[in-house]
Amino acid sequence: MQNIPRSSARIEVDLTGPTVLATLGGSLGVESVSGLHAQLTALPDDRPLKLDLTQVTHLDTAGAWSLCILRRRNETAGQSVELTGLDPHAMDVLATVTASLPELKASDQRPLTLADRLESLGRAVSGGAVYVVELTAYLGLFMAGLVRGVTNPRSFRLTALVHHCHEVGVKAVPIVAIMAFLIGVVLAFQGSAQLRQFGAEIFVVDLIAVSILRELGILLTAIIVAGRTASAFTAAIGSMKMREEIDAMRTLGIDPAAALIVPRVLALLLMLPILGLIANVAGLIGGALMSWVELGISPATFRLRLVENVAVTHLVVGMVKAPVFALIIGLIGCHAGMKVESNAESLGRMTSSAVVAAIFAVIVADAMFSVFFAQVGL
Amino acid sequence: MSGAAQESVIELRGIRTQFGTTVVHDGLDLDVYRGEVLGVVGGSGTGKSVLLRTICGLLRPAEGSVEVLGTDMLRADEATRSQIEARWGVMFQDGALFSSLTVRENVEVPLRAVAGLDPGIRRALADLKISMAGLPARAGDNYPSELSGGMRKRAGLARALARDPEIVFLDEPTAGLDPIGATAFDELIRGLSRSMGLTVFLVTHDLDTLHACCDRIAVLAERRVLVTGTMAEMLDVDHPWVNEYFHGPRARAASAAVPPGLETG
Repeated sequence: MQNIPRSSARIEVDLTGPTVLATLGGSLGVESVSGLHAQLTALPDDRPLKLDLTQVTHLDTAGAWSLCILRRRNETAGQSVELTGLDPHAMDVLATVTASLPELKASDQRPLTLADRLESLGRAVSGGAVYVVELTAYLGLFMAGLVRGVTNPRSFRLTALVHHCHEVGVKAVPIVAIMAFLIGVVLAFQGSAQLRQFGAEIFVVDLIAVSILRELGILLTAIIVAGRTASAFTAAIGSMKMREEIDAMRTLGIDPAAALIVPRVLALLLMLPILGLIANVAGLIGGALMSWVELGISPATFRLRLVENVAVTHLVVGMVKAPVFALIIGLIGCHAGMKVESNAESLGRMTSSAVVAAIFAVIVADAMFSVFFAQVGL
Repeated sequence: MSGAAQESVIELRGIRTQFGTTVVHDGLDLDVYRGEVLGVVGGSGTGKSVLLRTICGLLRPAEGSVEVLGTDMLRADEATRSQIEARWGVMFQDGALFSSLTVRENVEVPLRAVAGLDPGIRRALADLKISMAGLPARAGDNYPSELSGGMRKRAGLARALARDPEIVFLDEPTAGLDPIGATAFDELIRGLSRSMGLTVFLVTHDLDTLHACCDRIAVLAERRVLVTGTMAEMLDVDHPWVNEYFHGPRARAASAAVPPGLETG
C-alpha cells in the first residue's frame, strides 16, 4: 500500500497475476490528480488491467481524466482495461469525460530559430514602412478633405472645428503656459550658475531667449500636446470605431475623413502655433523673473537686451516647425484611432502607442529641422 | 426532479437590495435544490442579474441572509467564504474572459488555485474542459477577441466548469446567439447538469431555454420571487405579467417546439 502525498486518493497494486489488479480508494479529485496520474502512468501497459473502484468516494472530471488517459494508453497498446465498482453518478462523469477527451496532438510549440527571428525582424521593418505609407495616405485624405471644404464651404464642419479648437487649444493653455514658465525659470537658474563663473551674467538673456524661441518653447509644447491630444484623438475615434459608428457614417453617406479627421487636424494646425507663442512668452517671463531674482537683471534690462541682441529669425525658426508638428500629432492620433479593432484592449494599446509614436516623431522632426537650419545657416 | 427530501444548496431569505432610493428586491425568498436547473425570469429591470450577483457575493444585500451549500455567506469569515466560492462557477453574459490570456490560460486560472497541480496536467484538464464546453481543440490557443460571441460564451462556461463546481451560475447564456447555437447551448447545459450532477442557476429571457433546460422556473416581479414552479405550473399562474409572458405568441411558439412527452400545459 502506497500513500500518495498531498492527496486523499489511495492505490493498491497487485502485479503478481497475469492481469494487473489495482484497487483505488478515497477521493479522486483535482487536488489529488497529480499524484494519482503519476501512479496510474506507472502501471504496466503490457498486460490486461483491472481497476477496482468500489472504495472510491468521489470522482470528479480530473480523476476521470486520469482514468481515461490510462485506458486510452493501454488500449492503444492492445491491452484491455476494465473499470469496476463505480456508482452510477461517477459512471456518468466518466462517460462525459471519455466522450469529450481531446485527441492527442503533438505539441506544435518549437524553439525559435534564427529564421523565425529574421522573419519577425522583417515583419517589423515592413510594418514600419507600411505605417509611414499609411500616414502619408492620411495626409492625403486630410488635404483632399480640406480642399473639398474650401471649394464647397457648405460641407465644411465649422462647429466641429470650433469645438476641437477649444478642446485642443484653449483648454491646453494653462498647462502649456505653466510648463514653459517653469522651463524659463530652470534655464535662468542653471544658466546663471554657469555664466556667473565668467562674469558674463548678462548673456543669460541670450541663452534663455535663443533656447526657448528656437527650440524648447515649441518642442515642449508639441510634446505636451502630443500627450494630451494625440491620445484624445485616438480614444475618441477609436471608441467610435469600436461601436461601429464609423461604419454607420459610411452607410449614411458621411465621409469619416471629412467629418472626423479634417476638423481635428485643422484645429491642431491652427492652435499649435498659438500655443507655441504662448509658451514662448511664458518662458521668457519665467526666465526674466528668475534673472531678476538670481542675477539682479531688471525686467527693463532684460527687455532691452532681448530686443537688441536676439534676432527675430530665432522666433521664425521656432514657429515654422509648429504646423509640421501639428500635422504629425494630428495624423498619428487619427490614424491610430482608425486602426482600433472591436475590442477594448486594442483601444488602450493604440492610444498609448499613438502617444509614443507622436512624441517620437515630433523629436525626430525637430532633429531634422535642426540639421536643415544649420545647413542653410539660419 | 421528483422532490422527496430535496436538499437546498442555495437559500435566500428576506433579501433586500437597494441602490440609493431604488429598491430592487424587498423580502425576497428563494430556494435552489441540488441537481436542478433553475431558470430565473423577469421583466427588464426586475433585478435578475442583481440577484445572481447577490448570491455570488459581488453585491451585499442591505438585509436578509444568503446561505450557499449550508454556509451563511454574509456572516462567514474570509477563509470559509473562499472555500465555498471554489465550489461554484460563474459564467458572465459575454464570457468575461481575460482578454490578455488565451482561452486555455483563461480556463487554467481557477486551476492555478489548486495546490500541487502539475502544469502539464493543468493544461490537459483545461483542454478537457474546453472540449466539454463544445469548443474545438484549437480554440484553446486563441485569444478571446478572436472568437465569435457564441464561442466566447462556451469558453466562459469552460472556465466556470474548470474546478468541477457543484453550482454553476449562468447569466443570459443564450442571449445574442443564433437559434441553432442557442439550442446547442441549451443541450450542453442540460447534458452537463445531468451527467455531472450540477446545480444550475440560470438567468434568461429565452423561452426556448426555459422549455429545453429548466426543471423549475422562478419569476421575479414586484421586487421579490413572485412564484416558482415547473413550466406547466407557470401556465396556470394568475398574474398579468406571468400570464402575458407564458401565454404570449413567443411562448406559444416555444412550447410548440417541445417534444410531446414534455408538453403538459
